[in-house]
Amino acid sequence: MTEEMIIAGFGGQGVLSMGKILAYSGIMEDKEVTWFPSYGPEMRGGTANVTVIISDTRISSPILHEFDTAIILNQQSMDKFEKSVKPGGTLLYDPNGVLTPPSRNDINIYKVEGTKTAIEMGNPKVFNMIVFGSYLKIRPILSLDNVEKGLQKSLPERYHKLIPLNLEAIKKGQEIVETVQEV
Amino acid sequence: MGELRLMKGNEVLAEAAIRCGCDGYFGYPITPQSEVMETLMLRQPWNETGMVVLQAESEVASINMVYGAAGSGKKSMTSSSSPGISLMAEGISYIAGAELPCLIVNVQRGGPGLGTIQPSQADYFQAVKGGGHGDYKLIVLAPASVQEMNDFVDLGFELAFKYRNPAMILTDGALGQMMEKVELADFKPRWTDEEINEKWGDWATTGKPSSRKKNVINSLEMDSDIMEANNRRFQEKYKQMEKEETRYELFQCDDADFIIIAYGSSSRVCQKSVEIARAKGLKVGLLRPITLFPFPNKIIAELARKAKGFLSVEMSAGQMVEDIKLAVYESGRNTRVNHFGRTGGIIPTPSEVVDALEDKFSWELSYGVKRSY
Repeated sequence: MTEEMIIAGFGGQGVLSMGKILAYSGIMEDKEVTWFPSYGPEMRGGTANVTVIISDTRISSPILHEFDTAIILNQQSMDKFEKSVKPGGTLLYDPNGVLTPPSRNDINIYKVEGTKTAIEMGNPKVFNMIVFGSYLKIRPILSLDNVEKGLQKSLPERYHKLIPLNLEAIKKGQEIVETVQEV
Repeated sequence: MGELRLMKGNEVLAEAAIRCGCDGYFGYPITPQSEVMETLMLRQPWNETGMVVLQAESEVASINMVYGAAGSGKKSMTSSSSPGISLMAEGISYIAGAELPCLIVNVQRGGPGLGTIQPSQADYFQAVKGGGHGDYKLIVLAPASVQEMNDFVDLGFELAFKYRNPAMILTDGALGQMMEKVELADFKPRWTDEEINEKWGDWATTGKPSSRKKNVINSLEMDSDIMEANNRRFQEKYKQMEKEETRYELFQCDDADFIIIAYGSSSRVCQKSVEIARAKGLKVGLLRPITLFPFPNKIIAELARKAKGFLSVEMSAGQMVEDIKLAVYESGRNTRVNHFGRTGGIIPTPSEVVDALEDKFSWELSYGVKRSY
């Protein structure tokens, strides 16, 4: 199993930390992992993306031109990465912030009202965990137990009291993800 | 099994330094390697192992602090990125001239000048051909994973002390910023003063006991005959490194018609290129030099006997390709050597490399090997 994915959105949406929790959960599942960020002058409001690769075998290139899965959280990233999903691959997006929905008919498309749900849950910061939950629902490559361990490993101890809230958000994301198209 | 963590290459450099018993880190911040000193400052190893971590006023100062610490037989290191390494070039030449062991890390970014902050491999010449003035070489290690970023800190120190010569880890912003699973080494205690005297007492300036002559650390010699003798000794040392320390990795080269040669993060990209090319029915392999000096020219000469062509893939306009051409020339074969590179902070994609290979070797792909009569 090798899952090559890109998570792309605005800086501040928790794109990089979602990738990190994903990667740590992969380690807990005894997999090889690579987390490769776009680094540079990005900050809150600018675009941010991270490539995460989870595999049973040694990982080759961290630089990829096509992905098994793309999680897309703003329009700029949709413009850039919709075309990079492998045929038969998966695209998950949050319609909030995406004005032009994906139009390809050779990939699986799912959407999650992450922004809206995060506000309903009373904590916009759990947005990325809601999206993460939706991802886990459609690509069940990691067990929830290992995701919890991944959260423990990647969050500083002073935030450990927030783990139950994060898990709740993940479960919420699993519930609310909607299928747009399956191929 | 050691402790497993998800870490950035830069962070792991710092952690590995603490764990391998490094005595001192002296540096000056520069993107994309600032996390090295940041991690060290957060970890506060002075409380744990007694390791000194100091932010100097400049790169010039930091390399000279390394020079001083190395002179006393201590494990000392610095890290920087391309423009900062240029500033250190004078100091590195002095350290090589004074035959002192130390570890220098270059997390390369795009150049020339201040260039970009994105990854690059355009400092190959600077690293393997000297960089500063005079006939000297560094031992140059090129990690290709975060795990190797960890492993090569200890290895770098080991080789530096074995040969009394500065060692360099030549890496780039991609590996510095990338997080991967890493198995950390166990803690090694720092050498005590007694251990340093016992191991390196014949050259280290640790305070002169009455039992031996004084040790002098200097790169200046007014007598040309002595200086030439020094240079001969240095060259002997470099030859011995070539004999004993050359390291490389082969990936699907057994039946390969075309061999990609790439190091560091390019080699990771090219490993995928090999998979893509093989899926297309092209017999492509990968040679990954792990040491850039000493360069694995013997295996290249050997591979030149059956390969139809070599493609050097570097994030530069073509530097390592010259060493590959030399290795092929010395083999007496006329195997064609081509180069493909991206510059300025761009990393090539795996399929871009395959396209370049098909394009540059279109003659060989259609007709086989070109013979000269």
